[in-house]
Amino acid sequence: MFENLTGRLQTTLKRLRGEARLTEDNIAEALREVRMALLEADVALPVVKTFIDDVRSKAVGQDVLTSLTPGQAVIKVVYDALVALMGEHNERLHLAVRPPAVVLMAGLQGSGKTTSTAKLARYLIEREKKSVMLVSGDVYRPAAIEQLQRLASQVGAQFFPSQPDQKPADIARAALEQARVSASDVLIVDTAGRLHVDAPMMEEIRALQSILNPVETLFVVDSMTGQDAVNTAKVFNEALPLTGVILTKTDGDARGGAALSVRQVTGKPIKFLGVGEKTDALEPFHPERLASRILGMGDVLSLVEQAQRTVDQDKAQQLARKISKGSGFDLEDFRDQLLQMEKMGGIASLMDKMPGLPKTPDAEQLQQGEKQMNRLVAIINSMTPAERRKPDIIRGSRKRRIAAGSGTQVQDVNRLLKQFTEMQTMMKRFGKGGMQKMLRGLKGRLPGMPF
Amino acid sequence: MTSPGSAPQSTGLFGRLSDRLSATRRALAQGFNELIGAGQPDAAVLEDLEATLLQADVGIDATARILETVKQSSGSAGTRAALRQALLDLIRPCQQPLAIDAAHRPYVIMVVGVNGAGKTTTIGKLASRLKTEGHKVMLAAADTFRAAAVEQLKVWGSRNDVPVIAQQTGADAAAVAHDALQAAQARAADVLIVDTAGRLHTQSGLMDELKKIQRVLQKLDATAPHEVLLVLDAGIGQNALAQLEHFHAAVGVTGLALTKLDGTARGGVVFAMAAKRPVPIRFIGVGEGIDDLRVFDAVEFVEALLPNGD
Ligand SMILES: Nc1nc2c(ncn2[C@@H]2O[C@H](COP(=O)(O)OP(=O)(O)OP(=O)(O)O)[C@@H](O)[C@H]2O)c(=O)[nH]1
Ligand SMILES: Nc1nc2c(ncn2[C@@H]2O[C@H](COP(=O)(O)OP(=O)(O)O)[C@@H](O)[C@H]2O)c(=O)[nH]1
Ligand SMILES: [Mg+2]
Ligand SMILES: [Mg+2]
Repeated sequence: MFENLTGRLQTTLKRLRGEARLTEDNIAEALREVRMALLEADVALPVVKTFIDDVRSKAVGQDVLTSLTPGQAVIKVVYDALVALMGEHNERLHLAVRPPAVVLMAGLQGSGKTTSTAKLARYLIEREKKSVMLVSGDVYRPAAIEQLQRLASQVGAQFFPSQPDQKPADIARAALEQARVSASDVLIVDTAGRLHVDAPMMEEIRALQSILNPVETLFVVDSMTGQDAVNTAKVFNEALPLTGVILTKTDGDARGGAALSVRQVTGKPIKFLGVGEKTDALEPFHPERLASRILGMGDVLSLVEQAQRTVDQDKAQQLARKISKGSGFDLEDFRDQLLQMEKMGGIASLMDKMPGLPKTPDAEQLQQGEKQMNRLVAIINSMTPAERRKPDIIRGSRKRRIAAGSGTQVQDVNRLLKQFTEMQTMMKRFGKGGMQKMLRGLKGRLPGMPF
Repeated sequence: MTSPGSAPQSTGLFGRLSDRLSATRRALAQGFNELIGAGQPDAAVLEDLEATLLQADVGIDATARILETVKQSSGSAGTRAALRQALLDLIRPCQQPLAIDAAHRPYVIMVVGVNGAGKTTTIGKLASRLKTEGHKVMLAAADTFRAAAVEQLKVWGSRNDVPVIAQQTGADAAAVAHDALQAAQARAADVLIVDTAGRLHTQSGLMDELKKIQRVLQKLDATAPHEVLLVLDAGIGQNALAQLEHFHAAVGVTGLALTKLDGTARGGVVFAMAAKRPVPIRFIGVGEGIDDLRVFDAVEFVEALLPNGD
């Protein structure tokens, strides 16, 4: 859809090449492109302005590392600033209070509150073994209560029934009481969607908050939201003591700049991403992924950088040598390669960073892919060093042993060997293409991987 | 501001529209009121104009284009007037109200869009409007995926006292659409409105499902659906452009509805859309009540964004 920032920047950045220090002048153009990229990603204009000013002052005067071009140096500053702004760490829910810990959901109409309520419940039930009760205070939207009731039974949460003719405040009081009586660990309160300019409705949710005294008040935001995100976030944040944000519908291809707007306006951490309609489609938030996505730059630099940080340098160099010689790439290297991919944040995060690859496919497919990757690693782990170096010797009985050792089938071992042979051929063809080409070459070669 | 569910006060169509849009209007007017005055726009004025357009989600490309027009055309009438004209020129071709063609009976309207855009609610309001106009309306609950989506549409059916053809959640959406059109034909309905599950345009499987619904409808009536209405939340950002392209490629979008204009979101992305693919904008949604649906009017829309004088 959008022109790639990488593409756009290329011309600008070429001009910067060879300068040793970043100055107002030599970064002005690059920053203009960054501004455009942020706006295209729907970051709100005032947020863009503050951000660019911040980046400018950070960048000017910096020496350009010999390993980077000045343009890349600017991008690195931009990227780092984005990650910093969105919170370095993934913030979890804080539910350590005397039970029931109450979670209040708030947001505009259609943002994903009810679905997120169910997802959170499932997450807490399955991962943290909590007993969870759900209640709907949405007495306005037709069948909203029923929607939550269905979802509650799907995820195995207790459901506290309410009726459209009740007052949300009464529902909240009764649910809180019931959660106490039934000794639930967590009570999640879904609410009706409301516009921030709707004074009576904002008053209503303020009242709910004071009745419930929630330990978490989560603002649910659609990742497709445009510039208005600053206005809504500001009012919700003033009306309620928000503790975090859930960014929904990130399984699409919206660049999600609203996340940055909301983060800057509220100062509250993004705690989860909604990545699909099903109740298991909830993920912890990774600032790096979102930063790359907002910049939309198929961020080779951050890939390289992350690679530098996480990949064992020696191994990488060894591998590079082997690859450039076009020979000697064995199963051990293959496994390292898979493990490194994992270290760098998995396939999803890699894909977000590679220019020219399609947008992240849906989460389910990716999970499949990652599972598959783990299986490959397990198979290789069950081989002897000799087998890893010389896969040719792997015949019938060895195959059966390896399959048994890794909890897989002989067909799986066969498939891996076939892939490996294909990979080897590919490696030879690429010569010294490096990681980028290699990853692109991987496209479609690993089963279950959709790219 | 009325809360959802409360009875709408009727102060007449225009009064209510500008009432509802006044939040929008105020926000944009703030920006523009500082920019009045005739003569050549200077750089500062243009920069402010740019900011105002960008903050209304018009997008970089369309904003640049519009400003180019403003620069060239603004003379004695002033920058503000030139901008108004440019916006109007862009959006006026989209003012084509939905006309129920009596040659097609039942006239089939398929409503599509991403999750939570306001499809079902828009259908509820549209059914009311069409019924008031004297049409015999039926609804098809082809959102068989989302929990209680069928029940939600049924409530709208009973509010309007129109039949809803439905199966249980999890049923085949195309089968529901098929049954519904058959029933509508049998009962000689004038209009059949098909609700569909919200889907992101990137989900190819779900986009295929939409095509299947369309194909199945065409088996019963080769000319159906007669309207494919894409519903957009006015708060949407630049992703709306991709949504239009993908939904259009899949099922051929013939009209737009822009919902939730009762907030401060301005829906400016429709200007960017109009610049790329001018699809008729049929309706705007200005609330959650049954009467909160307005026929799109370009002059009013631009006027709501950029009030004339004051
Ligand atoms: N304020 C306001 N709210 C609206 C408007 N149109 C729809 N809504 C609300 O937006 C929310 C989502 O609307 P739905 O009609 O359920 O949307 P949908 O596209 O059918 O949603 P899914 O089927 O879940 O994808 C509901 O809470 C509606 O009441 C509008 O014009 N103004
Ligand atoms: N694709 C996708 N759809 C979502 C996500 N979260 C919610 N939805 C859908 O968005 C629509 C509105 O969600 P709902 O929870 O009813 O929103 P609410 O009105 O804020 O309670 C529904 O169709 C949901 O299935 C998500 O992360 N991804
Ligand atoms: Mg809800
Ligand atoms: Mg719906």
